[in-house]
Amino acid sequence: MQAIQLHQPASLADAAKLRSGNDDARFLAGGQSLLAAMKLGLNSATDLINLAALPDLAGIKVDGNRIVIGAMTRHADVAANADVKRLIPALAVLAGSIGDRQVRNVGTLGGSIANADPASDYPAAVVGLGATVRTNQREIAADAFFTGLYETALQNGEIITAVSFPVPEKAGYVKFKAPASRFALVGVFVSKGTGGVRVAVTGAAGSVFRAAGVEAALAGNWSAAAAKAVKLSADNLNSDLHATAEYRAHLIPVLASRAVTAAG
Amino acid sequence: MKADGIGARVTRKEDHRFLTGNGQYTDDISLPRQTYAAFVRSPHAHAKINGVDSASAAAMPGVVAIFTGKDIAASGIGGLPCGWLIHSKDGTPMKEPPHHILAVDKARYVGDQVAVVIAETLEQARAAAEAVSVDYDVLPAVVDTATASKAKASVHDAAADNVCYVWGHGDAAAVDKAIASAHHVSSLDIVNNRLAPNAIEPRAANAAYDKSSDSYTLYVSNQNPHVERLLMCAFVLGIPEHKMRVIAPDVGGGFGSKIFLYAEETVLVWASKRVGRPIKWTADRMEAFLSDAHGRDHVTNVQLAMDANGKFTGMKVTTTANVGAYLSTFASSVPTILYATLLAGQYTTPAIYAEVTAVFTNTSPVDAYRGAGRPEATYVVERIVETAARDMKLDPAEIRRRNFITTFPYATPVGLTYDIGDYPACLDKALKLADYAGFPARQAEAKTRGKLRGIGLSSYIEACGLAPSNVAGALGARAGLFEAGEVRVHPTGKVTVFTGSHSHGQGHETTFAQVVADKLGIPIDDVDIQHGDTGKVLFGMGTYGSRSLAVGGSAIFKAVDKVIAKGKKIAAHLLEAADTDIEFKDGVFKVAGTDKNVPFANVALTAYVPHNYPLDKLEPGLNENAFYDPTNFTYPAGTHICEVEVDPDTGKTQIVNFTAVDDFGNIINPMIVEGQVHGGLAQGIGQALLEGCVYDSESGQLLTATYMDYAMPRADDLPNFQVATHVTPCTHNPLGVKGCGEAGAIGSPAALMNAITHAVGVKDIAMPATSERVWRALQGRA
Ligand SMILES: Cc1cc2nc3c(=O)[nH]c(=O)nc-3n(C[C@H](O)[C@H](O)[C@H](O)COP(=O)(O)OP(=O)(O)OC[C@H]3O[C@@H](n4cnc5c(N)ncnc54)[C@H](O)[C@@H]3O)c2cc1C
Repeated sequence: MQAIQLHQPASLADAAKLRSGNDDARFLAGGQSLLAAMKLGLNSATDLINLAALPDLAGIKVDGNRIVIGAMTRHADVAANADVKRLIPALAVLAGSIGDRQVRNVGTLGGSIANADPASDYPAAVVGLGATVRTNQREIAADAFFTGLYETALQNGEIITAVSFPVPEKAGYVKFKAPASRFALVGVFVSKGTGGVRVAVTGAAGSVFRAAGVEAALAGNWSAAAAKAVKLSADNLNSDLHATAEYRAHLIPVLASRAVTAAG
Repeated sequence: MKADGIGARVTRKEDHRFLTGNGQYTDDISLPRQTYAAFVRSPHAHAKINGVDSASAAAMPGVVAIFTGKDIAASGIGGLPCGWLIHSKDGTPMKEPPHHILAVDKARYVGDQVAVVIAETLEQARAAAEAVSVDYDVLPAVVDTATASKAKASVHDAAADNVCYVWGHGDAAAVDKAIASAHHVSSLDIVNNRLAPNAIEPRAANAAYDKSSDSYTLYVSNQNPHVERLLMCAFVLGIPEHKMRVIAPDVGGGFGSKIFLYAEETVLVWASKRVGRPIKWTADRMEAFLSDAHGRDHVTNVQLAMDANGKFTGMKVTTTANVGAYLSTFASSVPTILYATLLAGQYTTPAIYAEVTAVFTNTSPVDAYRGAGRPEATYVVERIVETAARDMKLDPAEIRRRNFITTFPYATPVGLTYDIGDYPACLDKALKLADYAGFPARQAEAKTRGKLRGIGLSSYIEACGLAPSNVAGALGARAGLFEAGEVRVHPTGKVTVFTGSHSHGQGHETTFAQVVADKLGIPIDDVDIQHGDTGKVLFGMGTYGSRSLAVGGSAIFKAVDKVIAKGKKIAAHLLEAADTDIEFKDGVFKVAGTDKNVPFANVALTAYVPHNYPLDKLEPGLNENAFYDPTNFTYPAGTHICEVEVDPDTGKTQIVNFTAVDDFGNIINPMIVEGQVHGGLAQGIGQALLEGCVYDSESGQLLTATYMDYAMPRADDLPNFQVATHVTPCTHNPLGVKGCGEAGAIGSPAALMNAITHAVGVKDIAMPATSERVWRALQGRA
């Protein structure tokens, strides 16, 4: 890892300015993904813009029928928050299942979804709840946010400020952990609310996706059995060292059914 | 029992230092004018090296020197030696192709070291290492163990078919006869998966050359500094042994991987004289995955012949063992001497034959890893015994009981003589602790929850306390396997003990001190254990093979006996009695039958202030050495029982109960023994459920080179262990101890795999039994 310049921006605008025009600059949130990538030589950033210098980016607020979570809110704070536990307990469960205690005490919501690791947990909640990603420039619907492997709709210099989650009628998240990394080998988030039934799957493909077959089954019959009966194709799912696409395809309905049970 | 003596749960003396961050590891040691090394490693599994261009790297900031294999070869340095000569069954010696300390014309595995860059800082060394450009012609890689001997490519020209040796052991004709006339022959094809050792402290070294004394000092994270020195001086670098001091300070785990003489520290020592400055290198985790010697990696067919009562009549074992790209220090002995000699297990099987083909591949060298050969043997024996029980519709406990050895000493057909044991007692105790009788009810209850419950046994044996030197020598060892100890009593009666054993997690500083304190009747805090420094310790063969207490402890025991014997003479003089009338007990020398006495500390003081002293008959001082060469191996044995629940929807296995009943002979510190068992079980369970090195079959890249991909066991993968001991004291060492360091890793994989295959109802599932493998087995079964 080479020497780097750490910048402490005074405002969002300042942070955005430091990033624009500098291809080797990156926003630093909890550093739990970024610094690891730099240590492995996978990211050669020379300048880090410390978003922790912007205190307004962290915090959890209830806003009508939504929970708005600041981008710099740590996983541990989401997991322990009374409002989250009361209104969207599945989200607290999800945040509490990320990594280990150390990671949860440093890693952030914004960093997680900006990074868009295909096996990360938060994307399942963002898509599974139909949340809205707020940035310094606009609002982005969940379904439009994750665009591919480690890719999002974020433009160069665009900063996530918060994610606004609608409070569902029911929601559940079940994560099947990869034994080595403890990221999701497959994770399934199910919800039922004003926007209908949503089933988001992480860990199984290049990016989080909605499992239409399971959604259709659950829309007709919100039950664990209905979810479990769905047969999914392994096409377009990941096969890697840890699991084949076939196994992942098998796990999705199994986990969806457990998520329905967890949703109560 | 003394509160801190033999048998007491004394908390570990060393832990305060470790837990408060005051350990002194190799990387903590920096010397004046320190430089840092980074190795240029081959990114290819197999490649011809056309040339190494280091010109631009050499011009980079801070670079002190860059050396390549050509530089080393030009200085006349040969390769790393292998410490054990194995002969093929046709009588030819094993193939020993050169193992250059920097690759010369070919790189043979991903991570093979090609050049070393030495610089003022670690960052500069690493940056320059990246700038060294190596011109490679990539060659096809040989990766797979089972097919290596048929591969088109050759790892070494000297072994065109990639075969290092084909070794046979036992009576093949008798076994064939037993199989031909058997009531039933059970057969099993199994793989013992390759493991990375994963010591928490990666390998590290810091080498310095001192011009004024023309001598070297090497700090190295190592399990046997004297062996390291001997091999490096006498067999590689030609440095006179007395001109080299090897210090293995605090070492954060080894599990076998730090027994061996590696290229890196050898290069550092060689280069330290050239650059005239100390050079330090510490592996990062990925380097550790790539370059530490791995463990296991066997492919085996086993056949077990039985009579109608399930009595074993013969066993045939055919194994291919992967030794990797080069023969590491003890690589050749692990799948032979440390493996096939254990294939009798705890049973009276009268005829056993094993044939082992060792193959070279384009992978990291494979050598001893916790258990070394014995886990592989146990896995073969205990999996086939369980298979036999299923084939014969016998209870797995019953088939074991019918075949147990019950009279001792017992000479096995594979060359060992077990001195003592009580296998039925261990089995019975384990069955009771595990509530074996209650299993059917628990299985039925699990079924109501949709879970498949299984139970598996493993009655393992191991040969520890390595080793009678003459026996080892006859089997091909190129070293002795005794241990040395020195007990230095200071004038005030405090004691420093020097041992050739090395502690890298085992707790010697406590266990050995308990032995000495107990024997001398002094407080444990009056005893200090020193190890790991050839400059302090007279000699030593180091720590591996669960040998420290049985062999190293026995040497100390003998030295203490000598101290007491001399003390008696001094006491006799002080008390004006005959030597033979003096007894020593609880730290006091006493004239038998009287209350005339003198405490140990006074005798010590007299030895160093010999005013009233038999100077005409006795030298002053109280300092004794002893070497102990064991007369036999020790044979720890026991039964492990594992109970699992498998989730049929996902294939996920949960261990719901694990019981280990072990016979380690006498126990010095039960707490430390339990800790060793827990750690061993974690590693054995890790092997069976989680761990495994995977190489890409085409490119030979190690796909599991980080903790994102290599699954180590974590606390929540493990149940609360139920551990207990049953004691039959070893008959041939003075402490009656057998060793406990490896048993957990040896016995547990078979118990766990027997339980999983029982739950799922299949013959075999490959280790690690990942959820997907178990799920697939369930699909196949349905
Ligand atoms: C040992 C370990 C285990 C882990 N296990 C899991 C797991 O089980 N599940 C899981 O989901 N994750 C896991 N993670 C990842 C963890 O959740 C990280 O916290 C997360 O992926 C990144 O968040 P961060 O705050 O650390 O972001 P950083 O690492 O600081 O940043 C990540 C990326 O996002 C960008 N970025 C950060 N904040 C913003 C913003 N507000 N706007 C725009 N771009 C931004 C950065 O520039 C960078 O490119 C694990 C990490 C570790 C080290």
